[in-house]
Amino acid sequence: MRDMVSTSSTSGRRWSSLSRPLTLVGLALGPLAVLGVFFVLPVSAMLARGFVVDGSLDVGGVLDVLARPRVHRVLWFTLWSAAAGTVMSLALGLPAAYALYRLDLPLRRPLRALLLVPFALPTVVVGVAFRRLLADSGPLGFLGLDGSAIAIVLGLTFFNAAVVIRAVGTAWEGLDPRPAEAAAALGASPWQVLRTVTLPALKPALVSATSVVFLFCATSFGVVLTLGGLRYSSVETEIYLLTNNLLDLRAAAALSVLQILVVVVLLVVAQRLRATPDPTQERTPPRPRRARRGDVAALVATGLLLVLVLAPMTSLLLGSLRVGDGWGLAAYRALATTGASPGGAEVLAVPVTDALLTSLRTAVDATWMSLLVGLLVAVVVTRHSRGRVERRVRSGLDAVFMLPLGVSAVTVGFGFLIALDEPPLALRDSPLLVPIAQALVALPLVVRTIAPVLGGVDDRQRQAAASLGASPLRAVLTVDLPVVWKPLLAAAGFAFAVSLGEFGATSFLARDDHPTLPVVIYRLLGHPGELNYAMALAASVVLAATTAVVVLAVERLRVPSAGAF
Amino acid sequence: MAGLSLDHVSVRYDDLLAVDDVSLDLAPGRVLAVLGPSGCGKSTLLRAVAGLEPVSRGTIAWDGRDLGGVPTHKRGFALMFQDGQLFAHLTVGGNIGYSLRLRRVGAIERRRRVDELLELVGLTGYADRLPATLSGGERQRVALARALAVQPRLLLLDEPLSALDATLRTRLALDLRQILNVSGTTALLVTHDHEEAFAVADEMAVMRAGRVVQSGDLSTVWRAPADAETALFLGYARVLTGDDAARILVAAGLEVSPAVAVRRSALVPDPHGALAGRVRSLRTTPDQLRLEVDVDDLGLLDAVAPLDSHLAVGDGVRLRVDVSRVAAVPRQVSSS
Repeated sequence: MRDMVSTSSTSGRRWSSLSRPLTLVGLALGPLAVLGVFFVLPVSAMLARGFVVDGSLDVGGVLDVLARPRVHRVLWFTLWSAAAGTVMSLALGLPAAYALYRLDLPLRRPLRALLLVPFALPTVVVGVAFRRLLADSGPLGFLGLDGSAIAIVLGLTFFNAAVVIRAVGTAWEGLDPRPAEAAAALGASPWQVLRTVTLPALKPALVSATSVVFLFCATSFGVVLTLGGLRYSSVETEIYLLTNNLLDLRAAAALSVLQILVVVVLLVVAQRLRATPDPTQERTPPRPRRARRGDVAALVATGLLLVLVLAPMTSLLLGSLRVGDGWGLAAYRALATTGASPGGAEVLAVPVTDALLTSLRTAVDATWMSLLVGLLVAVVVTRHSRGRVERRVRSGLDAVFMLPLGVSAVTVGFGFLIALDEPPLALRDSPLLVPIAQALVALPLVVRTIAPVLGGVDDRQRQAAASLGASPLRAVLTVDLPVVWKPLLAAAGFAFAVSLGEFGATSFLARDDHPTLPVVIYRLLGHPGELNYAMALAASVVLAATTAVVVLAVERLRVPSAGAF
Repeated sequence: MAGLSLDHVSVRYDDLLAVDDVSLDLAPGRVLAVLGPSGCGKSTLLRAVAGLEPVSRGTIAWDGRDLGGVPTHKRGFALMFQDGQLFAHLTVGGNIGYSLRLRRVGAIERRRRVDELLELVGLTGYADRLPATLSGGERQRVALARALAVQPRLLLLDEPLSALDATLRTRLALDLRQILNVSGTTALLVTHDHEEAFAVADEMAVMRAGRVVQSGDLSTVWRAPADAETALFLGYARVLTGDDAARILVAAGLEVSPAVAVRRSALVPDPHGALAGRVRSLRTTPDQLRLEVDVDDLGLLDAVAPLDSHLAVGDGVRLRVDVSRVAAVPRQVSSS
């Protein structure tokens, strides 16, 4: 910086002091442009529809929306269901994180992988599975939970316990056991150790997991839409209803703004408190120890969570194999058809198998897009900063690219429709529209998987490579590539899984002749007929199995940051 | 019996026998150092005493009562780690008062005890500092105060000074010795550093590959190392065997033994000395001259001379053996 104010500095020196910020800006430009065109523009277009009436800004009308009693109900439901989902996820996820990462249990690696799968499962599939389990005719129909708020909270827990296990489990696994041992030697009982030493040490991971889970619960779309029916609506599903069914854009915009504000606050909190493991401290994780009598509570909670995860999936699988009063593969054979409604008209424009192919193709496109942008973002935000300004800029960028995590996918999807409709951005009919939207949804996950690994590389390694004569590119190849290829592969797997299951934005953007699998499932569910229902179950099983295979492959890579935020 | 007693204790990790049939006794008020190279099982032994590792065979008892089923937090043994392991989210006062809080000691009484302990470890006025603001030596002092706050029946010290630099280590070792004496604490110390052991402990047990190879009073162990490896580990510079050993022992006026351990300072120039040789190199240290002397019939050996002696490389010199700086070793160098 001193070079820039000094008049005697040579142009070469001035260049070198400028080149760092310029490189930073240059690298950030691509991702920022992508985010600008495909996120900020659509979202603001959507908001503008609500705020601008007849060419003039109308804030009062938007505020009026917030005074509607129905909106109050929706807000209240969103808050308490998200809070309840978060509490449940923590209550089951924390003991499971302890049991699966600190105890020497048989099968603990497969169990960890199994409990990670729900996180990437398509929300529509989970909705279907829970409905099937809880419906009056289902195995748990006697509980009378079908269409209840409890079912929604259970659905949210199904997804988000995985996030808690992942984020807190990896932190717990790497936790130095010696402070806890020191406390025990000072006379602290296991419970006191947990309260006074372990939980404070896990606080960053806990706070970050809690805020992200709350975010996911509060913006959950597919679960609330399929399980909530007409009785319960959250902000996210309400935006969908308002835009899609009622065409009340003003109200939708008002809710979107509210949602964005809350999400930004939560993201800032999560960003501040995110667990950043000290990369200079190389520690080998402690050996897991054998389960003791005191671990019974944790094991029971883990068992409950397993039941919660396995029961709906099993019920889904069994349902898809049900033909009349017997068993068979009829529903799977019917996937090659377009379904049938009582009048004889076709339910779908294309066979379900075509939709599966579309889904896979779309997922491939979304994956390379999110990887390309995500890798650039990860590089930009993790390079060693010189000076406070540079550090602020980098952490600001980091937060900006997390935004798609919490902004309503419905808002993004609808925004795409209205913002990318005319030249020069007439992408409405482009086959790339759906993958672009899905890539945006997957982007935060990709960044969060790669960035911690890149950030953990000691900058002095690159300096050492440079001092030995390696060019910057060569230095990246020798220093960064060996550590980043696995996380990159893991991120690719996650992006693929997220894209396969994405429903919120896709439901707006997918064309009728090229629907993705989740869209087809939702449509099949909306049509009466035993075969349609059976086909929806079979398609769900196919989608869940595909996702599970991808996620299990990712889990085998054993990247600690994969799926953590 | 009173105090700690280990009776044929073994600790097994899967296929590895980390502690192999160890028996030790420690009377109340005494300090025992378990000395051994890294990986010899001494830390595992300490953790087993603390109740952090299950014992696979044998018993650990206190005052004659088996501690088998007693969990760590009910043993009343405080444990102090190599790097202190202070709780980073608590102040110095909070760390020291941690165990008092657990015992529901009132705030005023707690504050008084914390101040008392801070004074004992020489850190008066540090109560409100956070561990991150302390130096390595200060952190160890706080860790010691925290461990002493429970008034433990037994204090377990895991390489308490190893993480510190040399000067600080020497000073803190003396302080530690004094603090343990003043508070009358029974302590079990494990270390790989013989100087730390000598500075702090009353008794010593030398451990190798999971087994205790020698134990007893400091001076007993020092005067009569059980074997060559032990002698080298205790800080003797060389071990000579056979005729060479006999020559040194005869020159020292001692009984002949299969081997002899010599310190670097065992040979000193003396006009009437029994050995003769030629100075091959010399180096000045703050305290003395360090010589390498090519001794007739014995080869190259270390010797020391006062700083004011006029010696130069190539000079002939006569040497005597300082009896207090050699030790007869009963057994031959073990094959391992």
